[in-house]
Amino acid sequence: MSDNKQKMINVTIDNKTVSVPENTSILEATRSLGVYIPTLCHHEDLCVAGNCRVCLVEVKGSRTLQASCATPVAEGMEIFTNSRLVRTARKHVIELLLSEHRGECLRCSRNGNCELQALANEYRVDEGLFIDIHKEDQPDISSPAIQKDDSKCIRCQRCVRACTELQSVSALCVAHKGADMKITTFWDKALAYVVCTNCGQCVSHCPTGALTEKNYVEDVWDAIYDPTKHVVVQTAPAIRVSIGEEVGLGPGKRVTKKLVTALRRLGFDSVLDTDFTADLTIIEEGNELLQRLTKALRDNEDVALPMITSCSPGWIKFAEHEFNHSLNHLSTCKSPQQMFGPLAKTYYAEKIGVDPKDMVVVSIMPCTAKKFEAARPEMMSSGFRDVDYVLTTRELGLMIRQAGIDFEKLEDGEYDSILGKSTGAGAIFGTTGGVMEAALRTAYEIVTGREIPFDGLKITPVRGLDGIKEATLKIEGTLNKYNFLEGAELRVAIGHGLANARKIMKQVESGESPYHFIEIMACPGGCIGGGGQPIPTTNELRLQRANALYEEDEKMQYRKSHENPEIIEIYEDFLEKPLGHKSHELLHTSYVKREKN
Amino acid sequence: MVMTRDEKLAKINAHQERVNLIFEKIDTLRLMEKVLTLDNNKILEYIKESGLKGRGGAGFPTYLKWKLAADQKSDVKYVICNADEGEPGTFKDRKILEEQAEKVFTGMAICAKVIGASLGYIYLRGEYNFLVPLLVTKMNVFNDDMKKFGFNFTIDLRSGSGAYICGEETALIESMEGYRGEARNKPPYPAEKGYLGKPTVINNVETLVYCTMIVLNEGKKFKNFGTEISTGSKVFSVSGDADVEGIYELELGMTIQEFVDLFGDGDTKAVQVGGASGFCVPRKKFKETIIGFEGVPTGGSMMLFNSSRSMYHILMNYMEFMQEESCGQCTPCRVGCQQLVKGIQAIKHKKRPASYLDELVKLAKTMRVASKCGLGQSVANPFISIVENFREEIIY
Repeated sequence: MSDNKQKMINVTIDNKTVSVPENTSILEATRSLGVYIPTLCHHEDLCVAGNCRVCLVEVKGSRTLQASCATPVAEGMEIFTNSRLVRTARKHVIELLLSEHRGECLRCSRNGNCELQALANEYRVDEGLFIDIHKEDQPDISSPAIQKDDSKCIRCQRCVRACTELQSVSALCVAHKGADMKITTFWDKALAYVVCTNCGQCVSHCPTGALTEKNYVEDVWDAIYDPTKHVVVQTAPAIRVSIGEEVGLGPGKRVTKKLVTALRRLGFDSVLDTDFTADLTIIEEGNELLQRLTKALRDNEDVALPMITSCSPGWIKFAEHEFNHSLNHLSTCKSPQQMFGPLAKTYYAEKIGVDPKDMVVVSIMPCTAKKFEAARPEMMSSGFRDVDYVLTTRELGLMIRQAGIDFEKLEDGEYDSILGKSTGAGAIFGTTGGVMEAALRTAYEIVTGREIPFDGLKITPVRGLDGIKEATLKIEGTLNKYNFLEGAELRVAIGHGLANARKIMKQVESGESPYHFIEIMACPGGCIGGGGQPIPTTNELRLQRANALYEEDEKMQYRKSHENPEIIEIYEDFLEKPLGHKSHELLHTSYVKREKN
Repeated sequence: MVMTRDEKLAKINAHQERVNLIFEKIDTLRLMEKVLTLDNNKILEYIKESGLKGRGGAGFPTYLKWKLAADQKSDVKYVICNADEGEPGTFKDRKILEEQAEKVFTGMAICAKVIGASLGYIYLRGEYNFLVPLLVTKMNVFNDDMKKFGFNFTIDLRSGSGAYICGEETALIESMEGYRGEARNKPPYPAEKGYLGKPTVINNVETLVYCTMIVLNEGKKFKNFGTEISTGSKVFSVSGDADVEGIYELELGMTIQEFVDLFGDGDTKAVQVGGASGFCVPRKKFKETIIGFEGVPTGGSMMLFNSSRSMYHILMNYMEFMQEESCGQCTPCRVGCQQLVKGIQAIKHKKRPASYLDELVKLAKTMRVASKCGLGQSVANPFISIVENFREEIIY
């Protein structure tokens, strides 16, 4: 509502009067009074469903109880949140949910962080009022990234709404009715064979353990314990501001150095950084952009513009399904994770004298789609599988707890070298707009020889949580080589969440996209809101994690990818030049057309 | 006083002829011609005066629905005829559509004029698809007639796919929009935000025909029948252990005893009024129970059971129906129905004590107030009324 004079509504809640703006839900109104009503199907990222019926309240004069999340306040409403009728109904609803849920809490990965469990605890539903009717479905383990266990599903449809509203993927849908109603895929196919992008937003929004990441923790332990293996670990940019949250230190904490120590304590042989390959991505991708611009603007060659980033594997698979006529717009650069893998198993392995067949590369990612990406058949440019295992933030948290490490008390550690040093530009890859900002810092300097004209290198128009952000950068004072760009306006856009990606891509497909360069991240907020991140994830948490990354950036010695001394070194020593022969062999990739269903 | 079947039929027919609103042959074109000259407020007044309440079962005052939609500011509004007749034991809308389609269309057109709609839809139960050719033929003629009158109103037809829930008006809208049949949160009500987000009036087939007749008779006749709370008459679908079965239009307000005397086989033990979502009335309450909104409301289904019937099986049948036909979105209805089925089975098979039945009644009461839509809310009706009146039959 953009009305300045918002109409206020007076209601009484448990005999206390409160005045709230029109269209406020009863739930929001009660929270403003400090009254807590439990919810389950409600999630602030998603549209209102009103289907779990946990948040029922009594409204005087109403024949039935009302779902407080779905009912707007009305003038003079008298609301009771804890009457006998409400309590009985709420307890019944929780008992009913428990009766259809396979309650093997002790064996569940969400034990201790399960919304249903918390409710059961609050309502002391320990006597098992109703008959256990949970279905004996076997989990769908077809996907390398996401596991779906219907026996734990409570049909709140948060996953369906996340998949549809946030992501516009609709891989998950509701099928059948009554007792047979379930969350499934189109034609009940296994997850690996549908349009699922593996983004993990369903996992992130699931209140129970019905949707989880495919867990590879034991495989990684096995590798660590194997004396013949040299286990290399790489850490994604967003991990350093979320692992603290996962191990109980609270949100938005920068714990990079403790993270390094923790990984070493876990037994990883080399602790390296995906931020390094994020910097490398900027060099390759920045040069690719300039190459495309040169071809288009100077040589009048037919080349696909806008160019779109390719760091987010959820986004890539989405494009391969939904926009497979526009795949030439995708940068051919591999994601930082997949640049890291082959470099580790070639350059780094040689440097440290390890046979690449004895090297195991593990990456710690905020992401479930990275598990799928690592398993793509083309990701073998080292001659081996480039990245062997991908763990989410949550799985790393599990390993840290299993190893009995008191994370908070860890001393600081430094990444190993080479492939360990990074810049602030690499760090901000982890948040929406970060790749764009990092790319502009470098590209502008390549073209003009000068630093980008923003205070403290902070390109604020590309920051924040708006679904689609745009910016225009006027290029002036170009170096000779780029004088065809003199006075040009570089138009960029940033989209996060695949629903926004779809909007952007519709423009691209119709040829009406006004941009030169677009950053797309599959998850809302970018990697800090990734499907592998601590649960819950909300906008408040996304902002805290993003701010921590920007802080990380500002505290770094180097803040532009091209100034990273290890980047300079690896080009001199091994890669020779951006977009060179070795780059093409190891750092660039191609895409496949996939079906729309 | 036991009557022979012929005597019963004679009495029923006399009753019917006295009422005779739904199946009376009328000149709908002449009526439409007149309607188009009438002031909308006048029409609304007729409907209001008549006291007509929705004949689908829920009994919402038709006048209020129309008035709410008429008051909405919107260029686009819709009228939908709910022909998703799915309540077990009702089959009257089918006959009305077969025999009196023009009167249904006319009711829709009157509503359209009052609220300002130019498009109407008939949402037809999937199992009634055999009616499509007949309805389309008649619809085309009617649409042409409206064009000739210069009245901008066209009726189209949509088929359901057999889900009971789609008779619930917001689920019906979801289905028409191409989504799963699931009830929406209310408010907003369809009269405010309905089909495609526009103000929409959804009326049952029979309700629309009554609207036609009320306007035809300028508000008279209809109100001569029934009681103060349940004005007018109603079409009943009579089935079960009945001497006389079929579809009959009778005055509201008669007692179950009077009804059973006319239709029963002399051994009626219970009457299920309103189908699987309705109430079971046992013999001991026949005399005191009025058929109407002050007693047991009904969408028309009247099922008679004699002493050879097991109330356990009847209850199981209704509960299994609900368990299957719940859309499954809300917890109380989806899981509650399963628990009621499993629960009475467990008691029957001595897996749970008889006292568990009291827990199930409490659960049913929760379902009545906690379910999202009328389907889940009404499961308690048959459950509680059968369990409370036939407890022994359920347990032993």
